Parts: sequence; C-alpha cells; structure tokens
Amino acid sequence: MIKFKLNGRDVSVDVPEDTPLLWALRDDLDQTGTKFGCGVGQCGACTVLVGGRATRSCITPISSIEGADVTTIEGLHPEGKHPVQEAWKDIQVPQCGYCQSGQIMQAVSLLKDYPDPTDEQIDGVMGGSLCRCMTYVRIRKAIKKAAAAMQKEEASHG
Amino acid sequence: MGKLERIAARQDRAAGRGPTRRGFLLTAMGSAFMFGFARQGNAAQVYPQAAANLPAGGAFEPTIWCSIAPDGWVNVNVIRAEMGQHVGTALARIIADEMEADWDKVKITYVDTDPKWGLMVTGGSWSVWMTWDQFRQAGAAARTVMVDEGARLLGVAPSACIARNGQVIAGKRSISYGEIVSRAHPTRTFTPDEMAKLPLKPSSEHRLIGREVKALDIPSKTDGTAIYGIDAKLEGMVYARPKMPPTRYGSKVVSVDDTEAKKVKGYIRYIVLDDPSNTVPGWVAVLASSYPAAIRATDALKVTWTPGKTANVTEQDIIEYGRKQIAEKTGGSRIFNDAGVDEALGKADKVVERTYTCSSVLHYQLEPMNALARQHEGKWEVHCGNQWQTLFLPVIAKALQVPESDVVMRSYLLGGGFGRRLNGDYAVPAALISKALGGKPVKLVFTRSDDVLFDSIRSPSIQTVRAGVNKDGSINGWEHHASAGWPTGVMAAAFMEKGEDGKPYDQFAIAGADHWYDVGPILVRALDNDLADATFRPGWLRSVSSGWTPWAHESFLDELAHDYGKDPVDFRLGLLTCKGRNAGSAPNSVGGASRQANVLKKLVEKCGYGKVSLPKDTAIGIATTFGQERNMPTWTAGAAQVHVDRETGVVTCQKIWLVLDAGTIIDPDGALAQTEGGALWGLSMALFEGTEIENGNVRDRNLNTYTPLRITDVPDMDIEFLPSTEKPMGLGEPGVTTIAPAIGNAIFNAVGVRMRHLPVRPADILKALKEKGNA
Repeated sequence: MIKFKLNGRDVSVDVPEDTPLLWALRDDLDQTGTKFGCGVGQCGACTVLVGGRATRSCITPISSIEGADVTTIEGLHPEGKHPVQEAWKDIQVPQCGYCQSGQIMQAVSLLKDYPDPTDEQIDGVMGGSLCRCMTYVRIRKAIKKAAAAMQKEEASHG
Repeated sequence: MGKLERIAARQDRAAGRGPTRRGFLLTAMGSAFMFGFARQGNAAQVYPQAAANLPAGGAFEPTIWCSIAPDGWVNVNVIRAEMGQHVGTALARIIADEMEADWDKVKITYVDTDPKWGLMVTGGSWSVWMTWDQFRQAGAAARTVMVDEGARLLGVAPSACIARNGQVIAGKRSISYGEIVSRAHPTRTFTPDEMAKLPLKPSSEHRLIGREVKALDIPSKTDGTAIYGIDAKLEGMVYARPKMPPTRYGSKVVSVDDTEAKKVKGYIRYIVLDDPSNTVPGWVAVLASSYPAAIRATDALKVTWTPGKTANVTEQDIIEYGRKQIAEKTGGSRIFNDAGVDEALGKADKVVERTYTCSSVLHYQLEPMNALARQHEGKWEVHCGNQWQTLFLPVIAKALQVPESDVVMRSYLLGGGFGRRLNGDYAVPAALISKALGGKPVKLVFTRSDDVLFDSIRSPSIQTVRAGVNKDGSINGWEHHASAGWPTGVMAAAFMEKGEDGKPYDQFAIAGADHWYDVGPILVRALDNDLADATFRPGWLRSVSSGWTPWAHESFLDELAHDYGKDPVDFRLGLLTCKGRNAGSAPNSVGGASRQANVLKKLVEKCGYGKVSLPKDTAIGIATTFGQERNMPTWTAGAAQVHVDRETGVVTCQKIWLVLDAGTIIDPDGALAQTEGGALWGLSMALFEGTEIENGNVRDRNLNTYTPLRITDVPDMDIEFLPSTEKPMGLGEPGVTTIAPAIGNAIFNAVGVRMRHLPVRPADILKALKEKGNA
C-alpha cells in the first residue's frame, strides 16, 4: 500500500511498487486527465507536479513518491481557472488536446522558475513536451499571457 | 478526384442501401450513449450518463441534424470526429447562423454509429465542404418553422417577422425559440426537395460564420475532463496488450510459452487471435488485471512465429521496386492522359528529367491506438476514437462473424487523427479478444512501440517528372510518374477513382500531381507499389499525396527556372494561364488557376522574394499548390526562409509565409490554427522526421530516435487568407503542401545544392556541398 497526497487529498493505492505513477493515477485513482503518450518520458503528455516540480509520471515508480504531494491537471484549480488554464482558453491553444494537460503542468512549473520567461527559456523547458498538432506558436503566446497575469496577481496581493 | 459524394453513393450501393437514407428523416433520437460538450464553464463530458444531453421531451427536430428544446437550447448532431480541428464548433455555427440561433444556447453532440447518419468519415479536409449545403438547409428549415409558428403566436404575418438571435421579432414584440417550441409544439419536417428549395441567407447576412467564437471543445481540454478513447472505462473490464508479430502480414504462430509471463502479478492469460477479417494475422493478445501488468507480461511472453514473406524488406527495396515500375512504359493508371505527350517531348529541344523520393513517415498521433470492446444487450460495442466508422464497422462485423446491425461504434475524442484513425484496424483485435472472453469488456491499449509497429505509415515514394523544354525555356509537354503504397487500394479498393484510361487508382497516392499549370499535353501516372503494400499497410497521412507530390513538381519547376535563367515566380505565373481544363468550374473551382496565380502574387508581395537582401547562406524559396485535391482546391502559396550551416549541414527554417484562398472562411481562428499546424507538419516532414523500413518493419519505434519538430524549431509564421465568398474548401491539410518544396528551393537559393530526397538531413546537405565543391 503506497500512500501519498493527490490534489490535496490523502490517497492510498495497492499496486506493485514498480507501477508507474501514470497508471496508478489513470486506472486506480480515476484521474484520466494525465495522458499516456510515449511511455519513455520523452513526450511530456504524462507530466504532473510532484512536490511542485514537473515530473514524467510514466517513468516514475509509485514507490518513489510515497508521502509526496502530487498535483494533476484535475487539481490545479478547483474550477479549472488557474492563470495558465485561463490563458490556454483565451489563446485557444488546444487542438486535439491530448498533450495539453502535460503542457499546462509543464508551463506551471516553468513559471515558478521563470516568472517572466524569455523565448529561449520557454523553448528550453517546453522542448520536452511534444504537441503533435503543433500548437507551439500558441503555447508560447499563452505562457507569456499567463506570466503577465500571474505577475499582476502577485503585484495586487503584494 | 476524391469526390466524397461519389464515395458515399458507392458505399450505399455496396451496402445495398438506397440513396434516401441520407435524406432528412424525422427520426427519434434512439441511442442513449451519446456524448457532447455542454457549454464553456460547465464543460463536463457527459458520457456515459449522456441521456441527460439528449433533446428533452417536446424538443422540435425538423431534421436529424438539429433540435430546439422547450428551454431554447439548440442541439446540433455532429457525425465528424473531433480531433483538434474544432469541427463541431465549425459545423454547429453553420446551422446556428442559418437558423438565427442564440450562439450562447447552442451545444453539440458527437453521435455514435447509426445507419441514419449516412457516411461517417472525417478526413481529407472535407468536413466543412461536405456539410456546408446540408447544414445551411437544415438551419433554414428550423428558421422557417420558427418564423411561421412565432408569427402565428404573435398574431402577425410571417412576412412581418424577422428571426434573430434565437427570437422571432415583429416590430417591438418578440418571442423566443424556446417559447415557440413549448407553446406551439411544432412537428413539421421537410423532404429533401422541400429542403433544397428553402431560401438561404446571403453571405452579407451571416452573423456567426466568419466571426471569432470560442471553440466549444477547448475548455474541457484544459482541465482534464475531456474524454478520449483511451479514457473509456467499463465495470469489470480487463486490460490487453498485443504481442506484435514479426511481419504485418503472413506471420503464423508456432508456439507460445507463458512460463515467464505467469510470474507477473496480474497476468491472466494469452489468446491467439483467430481473425476471419485477416486484419491482425498472427496476433497474440496478453490479458491482465492492470495495464502495467499487461505490458510486463507481454514482454515476458515468448512466442515463436514463422514470419511472412516481407521479413527482410528494406526501404531501398521499395524505392527500387518503384523505380522499375516507373521505367516500364506500361502499368499503373493514367490520371491525365492527354494525346501527344510523346510527340511533344520528341519535338522539344531537350527533355529534362528528375527523380524525387520521400521517406516513410509515422503518424505518431499522441494517443496510442486503443479500443474497448464488449457485448452488451445483444450488440457488440466498440468504444474508440475513429475517423471512418462507415469503413471499419463492416470489418469489425466480419471479424466477429455477426451482421453489421449487431455492431455499434461509440464515439470519443481523438488524441490526434492525422489520418491514422481513418484506418480502424485497431478496433478489430479488441472485438476479437472480447469475443474470446464471451463478450466480457476488454480494453486493448498499444504501447508506443506497438502503435508504431502497427502504424499505417505514409508510404515511401519515388516520383519522376519529365518535361519537354524548348530553347526559350517554354514547356511543350509533361509527364509525372509516382510510385507508392496505395492506402485506398488496400483498405477501400471499391472506392478508388478511375483514370482516363479506365483503370482504378488511389486518388490519395497521386492527388497533387494533377496540377493547374499549362505545360502542354500531360501524362500523370499513378503506380501501386505492391512491395510497399505487402510489407506494411500504407496509410492516409495528413495531406496524403499532396504532402509529397508537390515535392516533385514544385522542386522540378524551380530547377527548370534556374536552368533556363528565369525567375521562379514569373515562370510559374506564366504557366498559370487559366485556360482549358485549368479555367475552373462552379461551385468548387470558380476562377481556376487565376486564383492560384493570385495567392502566389500576394505571397511574393509579402515575403519580398527576389527583392530583400539576406545574410550569407540564407535565402527564401517559394512553392505553390492547390491544397488537397483538384476537385476541392484550396489555393495555396508558401515561402520559407532558411539558413544553411555549411559546417554542420544543419538547415534552420527562420520564417514561413503562407497565402491561402480557401473560399469562405467559416472560423477564422480555427482556420489559422489548422494552417499553423499544417505548416509545421510540412516543416517537420521536410527537415525533422522520417523513418525507413528495415527487416520488414519501420526502424524507429519511439521518440528516442524518431524526432518530430519541437517548440524550439518553430519559425516565425505569417499566414493570410484572401477574402472570398466562394464555397468553403478544406483547411486541415493545405498548410502542409508547399513547405517542403519551398524549403528545398530555399536551400538551393542559399547554397546552390539541389535536394531531391525528404527529409533533408544535415548529412545529405554536407554530401551535396562536398560534391558541388568537387564539381
């Protein structure tokens, strides 16, 4: 039995300890927003936050996150209104949408490290997230929009 | 070429159905398994308790395509697959505009298979083009009834009323559509003849078409609630993974040893599939209680096969096979077969001939193939995202040995289509496994390497273009020969077109070569590469042959222009004379080649081709196409600016310009999104991705060696649509078509080497530079 915190709630799953976190999330915990793409950590569709850091859940054994704080796309904001999600809707980023949970989680992580990212920083961090519909132009635009919104929010709180 | 109506009619005939089933029938909404999108803000997918989303009792349904509920909500039934093109939003707004609906009260339902819908196919950039007339008529029918009934309730003449924003208005009084439905209970329906006679709004009266609206499917794709095929779940289901045989066809299972598999916790059993449809010959499926267990047990299972005949085939074998086909004067089908080609070439000062090749390309749609199947209440259900249900439902029925009426395909979002899911082969093994388990629900999921091995790849291709050229550089005759695997020949042979010589051919393995240039008599010959067909199942991949035929003729025209000292733009404009067969015809190609000339001229204005001065080893190249199909032309001109690094051979695409004339643009932002994605696919296939057949299978199985374009590789893009009120054409694919030849032409302009193979790899550039240096 592995216990951890998922989207703020304590959960436990009874699966072999080498089970990738991805499948525990999708099949045992019914959080299907996290997607299976390549299975080898190179497409980014399975990206979740573990302890606030972007993590490829398809190559993360469940045993390694015992006690950790895991956030999936479903837990990013109770109404799906995190500034990154809002920017994604405003810019109309998703096409097929399959990679977008992973893109959004990766972007959230990016903006923690680089609140006002340059194109190079965006490319460097987002380069691991494949979008087969090639929505890259809009991903870049939405990240900048989210960054601006978050800085404004920060300013109004501070 | 590729006329969908004809395909539909032929499918009807093949199935022994009359043409009336596509008429507008009054049909109760029978299925309880639909899903759809509620409005933005409460974007929950409602599968499987979707009954709540069906037209409530008392809804008015003038056609099967839409209904108006007493609460005023308009539901639009969408039979197309949602795979990123926001097709539901585009189609719903055609109906909503014509019926003058309140867009804030429009929702869409993606329906399951049912014969009443007619042909269910999503591909070829056809959706808007196919649905345009039908949905405008359906909207007009609803509007007509609302006005008539609304006028009656208001006590005025219909002629005193207008319909606007979900209301019928007479002077200062108005009544909403919902109130009309709840008070008047309209039941009027329309025959196809009556529908065709309804007055349609002129384009000046369009209030939704051409306006920016938010796509209805997007919110759920940002919060994890969107449900794709791979997310389908049923009580009591088990998981399965295929153990892939050594060859696509002809492999036979000799023995299976599951000693090691049994050590995997959760392993249930294996099944050697018996497939009467021969879709998955030699397959063994591994069942487990979880998917990770299925992955491990499949790895541990030992299967011995006798492989099929193609176990040693290489990419080069396929290309050489095609080269021989082209060298033979006979064979293949003649799509253009003008009299006098031989004579023209014989009379020319010189016959110029060039050969171009393209590598195999993977779909690598991000959602790996999957399907969930079970027998439920006497029906075989297959749950999966799919682009051509009408084609594969019969195959599933054949595999199961049951009548087609016993099979239903449930619709889901597609995690990428790009043509892969036009081929529904992946649904067959899921159904067969469930059958072996007595109808128990089973979810078959392919790992990425399974998915790639089973991909219906874009076939490698070889093309030879030959032109008779006079001393002044004018062209007096033209031949274009192309050999590739034929997806339609393999999967839907009955629906192939016939050439001018009466022989069937795969329109999706030659379209694009039937260009709009005036180059004297033309021979366009399509050759079915049988070795390709035997080795793998060739697939339809975004922009199909128009993704690679322009690589030949648009590179070739550039070569000729340079050889004869002509400006490549003027050279092309001189050939776009808009005469004879290139004059165009209503409704699809009004204006003909003159519209292609227009987009090219506008492109040159934008990018400054031939005028701007650029740094060393940097240049712009141009190309132009008619998009997807001659019968449905999206006039397209593209330019690419590249820099070539002479040390490393790396080609960097710095900027892309595209000018398109696609007729009326329904959804400006969606049109732009599709074209951005298409252009980047074009770039990816030009410089970044491609694989090869080795030992009868594709060499690259995952992203460790297969390297599609990433965000870092994205150039600046400037995309413009020319304003038009002509019939809307497709936009899913035209963005792809000009990019590769524009890049090849830019490379030549930058460093003087001519590339004739796709993708262009740094090693090829270095080799070409070296050869040029030595020459």
